Amino acid sequence: MMNRRMILKRLGQMLVLESVLLIFPLIVSFIYWEWNSVTAFSATIAITAVLGFLTVIFIKPHDKVIYAREGFAIVASSWVFLSLFGALPFFISGEIPNYVDAVFETVSGFTTTGATILTDIEKMSHGMLFWRSFTHWIGGMGVLVLIMAIAPAESGRSMHIMRAEMAGPVIGKLVPKIKDTAKILYIIYLALTVLEFAALLLGGMPIFDSIVHALGTAGTGGFGIKADSLGSYNPYLQWVVIVFMYLFSLNFNLYYMLILKKFIPVIKNSELLVYSAMVAISAGIITLNIYPIYNNLHDSIRHAFFQVLSISSTSGFSSVDFNTWPFLSKAVLFVLMFVGGCAGSTAGGLKMIRVMILSKTVKRDIGHLLHPRSVSAVKVDGKTVDQNTISGVSAYFALYFFLIFGTFLLISVEPFDMETNLSAAVSCVNNVGPGFAVVGPMGGYSDYSDFSTIILTVAMLFGRLEIYPLLLALSPRSWFTRSNRRKFGKK
Amino acid sequence: MKIVVVGCGKIGAKVVASLVEEGHDVVAVDNNPALLDSITNIYDVMTVCGSGTDCETLQEAGVQSAQLVIAVTASDEFNMLCCYISRRMGAKHSIARIRKPEYNPESLAFLKQQLDLSLIINPEMYAAREMYNILKIPSAVKIESFSGRNFEIIEIVINEGSPLIDLKLMDIRNKFKEKFLVSVVKRGDDVYIPDGNFVLRQGDKIGLTGEASEIIKLMRTIGLERKQARNIMLLGGSRIAYYLAVKLIGSGHRVKIVENDPARCDELSELLPRAVIINGDGAQQEILEEEGLGTTDAFVALTGMDEENILISIFASGKHVPKVIAKVNRSELAAMANNLGIDTVISPKTIIADKVVQYARALENSLGSSVETLYKIMDDKAEVLEFNVKADFRAVNIPLKDLKMKANVLLVGIIRNRNSILPTGNDYIAEGDRVIVASKNRLNDLSDILR
Repeated sequence: MMNRRMILKRLGQMLVLESVLLIFPLIVSFIYWEWNSVTAFSATIAITAVLGFLTVIFIKPHDKVIYAREGFAIVASSWVFLSLFGALPFFISGEIPNYVDAVFETVSGFTTTGATILTDIEKMSHGMLFWRSFTHWIGGMGVLVLIMAIAPAESGRSMHIMRAEMAGPVIGKLVPKIKDTAKILYIIYLALTVLEFAALLLGGMPIFDSIVHALGTAGTGGFGIKADSLGSYNPYLQWVVIVFMYLFSLNFNLYYMLILKKFIPVIKNSELLVYSAMVAISAGIITLNIYPIYNNLHDSIRHAFFQVLSISSTSGFSSVDFNTWPFLSKAVLFVLMFVGGCAGSTAGGLKMIRVMILSKTVKRDIGHLLHPRSVSAVKVDGKTVDQNTISGVSAYFALYFFLIFGTFLLISVEPFDMETNLSAAVSCVNNVGPGFAVVGPMGGYSDYSDFSTIILTVAMLFGRLEIYPLLLALSPRSWFTRSNRRKFGKK
Repeated sequence: MKIVVVGCGKIGAKVVASLVEEGHDVVAVDNNPALLDSITNIYDVMTVCGSGTDCETLQEAGVQSAQLVIAVTASDEFNMLCCYISRRMGAKHSIARIRKPEYNPESLAFLKQQLDLSLIINPEMYAAREMYNILKIPSAVKIESFSGRNFEIIEIVINEGSPLIDLKLMDIRNKFKEKFLVSVVKRGDDVYIPDGNFVLRQGDKIGLTGEASEIIKLMRTIGLERKQARNIMLLGGSRIAYYLAVKLIGSGHRVKIVENDPARCDELSELLPRAVIINGDGAQQEILEEEGLGTTDAFVALTGMDEENILISIFASGKHVPKVIAKVNRSELAAMANNLGIDTVISPKTIIADKVVQYARALENSLGSSVETLYKIMDDKAEVLEFNVKADFRAVNIPLKDLKMKANVLLVGIIRNRNSILPTGNDYIAEGDRVIVASKNRLNDLSDILR
């Protein structure tokens, strides 16, 4: 039996928070005197605030205890409603007249995908552009974790929510209290964002562009404000974005260790090493592969690193149209889409640590075939990974591919080639953004029908929340089990 | 305050729970990941998986910056080593659980000094002490003493026909000549800190405070004095049974211990030559009856199984044994046992958790008028605390009637130069006094009682 009141209460808090967050784009709209956007944001703020406060005030949970299933349900429903309400400004202002498209754009924002249905970005108002990128920032670390960081702690059981919202196979705390952990994560996140903003500003990028791109990189989102994404900015600015895409795709726990001056575990962190090696090798291959196109080593290296980090951090910015690159480079990028960033970062994808655990497990199992009596443990960072985690990762891996293939099958009703549809499915599930061919970096998802748009929207949410929360929330069994008290009448 | 708890078994989990409730930053260390998993799911703590004597694990848990390290694993020696390493690594204070009877008081004192332990806790010893106190006044549900055992709080249940029924508390003061206070009342699931207009009813569980001798006189007056238990039957030859038997035999009681394991029986017969040791299964009613359950004055169920203790205690109550005590470790079961009619349920791990909380509170506030003793009473819903009054307490030497006290707080006693005073409006608190307070809220410092 779900503790529905507790779920509703959290939903209410989430709506209140959303109405507060919407004040930022409202301010931006005021600054640029965009009255249409001002109306749209004010209306949305009014709706979310009223609904949120009513829920928070009138829902009094009898029982504050929540279990893992409530944690999943809270996260899943919060994200769905966050997106449904977050889409209202686009819809009300008429800048995205189709509500389904508006929801797609918003989900793409919150899930830090960066896939867009807009055909002419440069026509959008500043308020809307800011809101699009701000959703990346909010969704990157997670809106419920933000609530934990600022709202008074209610029960010790919030760990279920944090686990369901944050990406990665094992979620640990940095400090004993969950509220403090959430605060530390957000402070690191905010500090890195501000740093990037400053670095971009120094390179001569206009203030508005710097803010938007800093927010987009922080969440590893990828919404740009130009038709050619970052292509028209100077090489320095592109390098800044490259560095920060890398930083934001690393595990945030490492930054906390650096603050505590624990340098050795950070340097020896195997996920960091493998991830960095993967990035360097991929970029190396692509540099060689695209050198003939640019005939200039610096350009080749920069474009290779930009695209590799953009895809592996699942941001989805681009400095050139990689759709025109040779097939080998595109294949490398395609594989990187699956891997994604490190656990505990804002990136999407499978996560490096899962790939490492999987490959080590495979190695162990092959060894087991050769020596059936052999006993060996899977170790990461010198610590044995317990069997529950291994089977959890394997099960997740299977589910993940079911999700990709399911999405691919469903959107294949569209009259596009296989490259387009497959890369669209992979890109959305992994929260990357651009794919190849029609959905390439210079294209978009605008040609998809409403049906496919909805499928891809759901796929993005599944990908961001790592499948389980939504899967369980969609299963009728978790909702329609009646408690004994109801069955036998209240005492 | 940052506290590291090493060992998350039954006692460890309870200690973690109490400390989290107090608002401390708790890090739990254990080498069983499944145990840690269940703890993080319920309590807001950080966990570190590993051995509590491994420096790397301890460093990860942050003992170097911890105020307090508590080692409560199953092994005494492990706990000592863990505390020693932690202190060397920079922890400010350490508490170890040491419970083997082989460590006698002299060697414990030596160890405590040599290992820099702040406190040694022995759950079985504390539980035995509490049971012994209750067996002295069998009509009490629970007895706790303050300040050199002179001042006590005693929990009793108001039964049918008690002269206290339907009396206002202020009338009680006039009606009885004994000096005591009704400081806490539990009615149903609610706990009250009563004022003078509070009327007692049948079925209330009340906490009486006063000097030990006055309380005994009062019990006689209100007809609650039962014959002191002379013949006592203990079921299960655990460590608690041993400690309890030593105390009981020392004060002239006749003790019979029923134990299932022949080897343990041999050990006990060597250790306790004056006790009667019976080798038999206590779950068999026949054996208990044959050994005189019908004539014994008190029965204490001390087997390792909570359920067995509860069931056999119910059986013993059914055989009209005047006083039945059950040891129940799991607090959920303890509440159930109360509902099933066993009035005295003792849980070693709750006692330990209280001790640790008391110590942590005193540490947190070592400058002001700190907590000397703390007991949680009425199923942990209220607390009785003893404070040592320092000069900086802001209400020193002001008559109590002029003080603005918080609601749900009651000053139940002042101990000055070994004499206890039952406070009235004209009394005052002086420097060097020990003050005993009953409260429903969490108190850290004596100043917390003031508004």
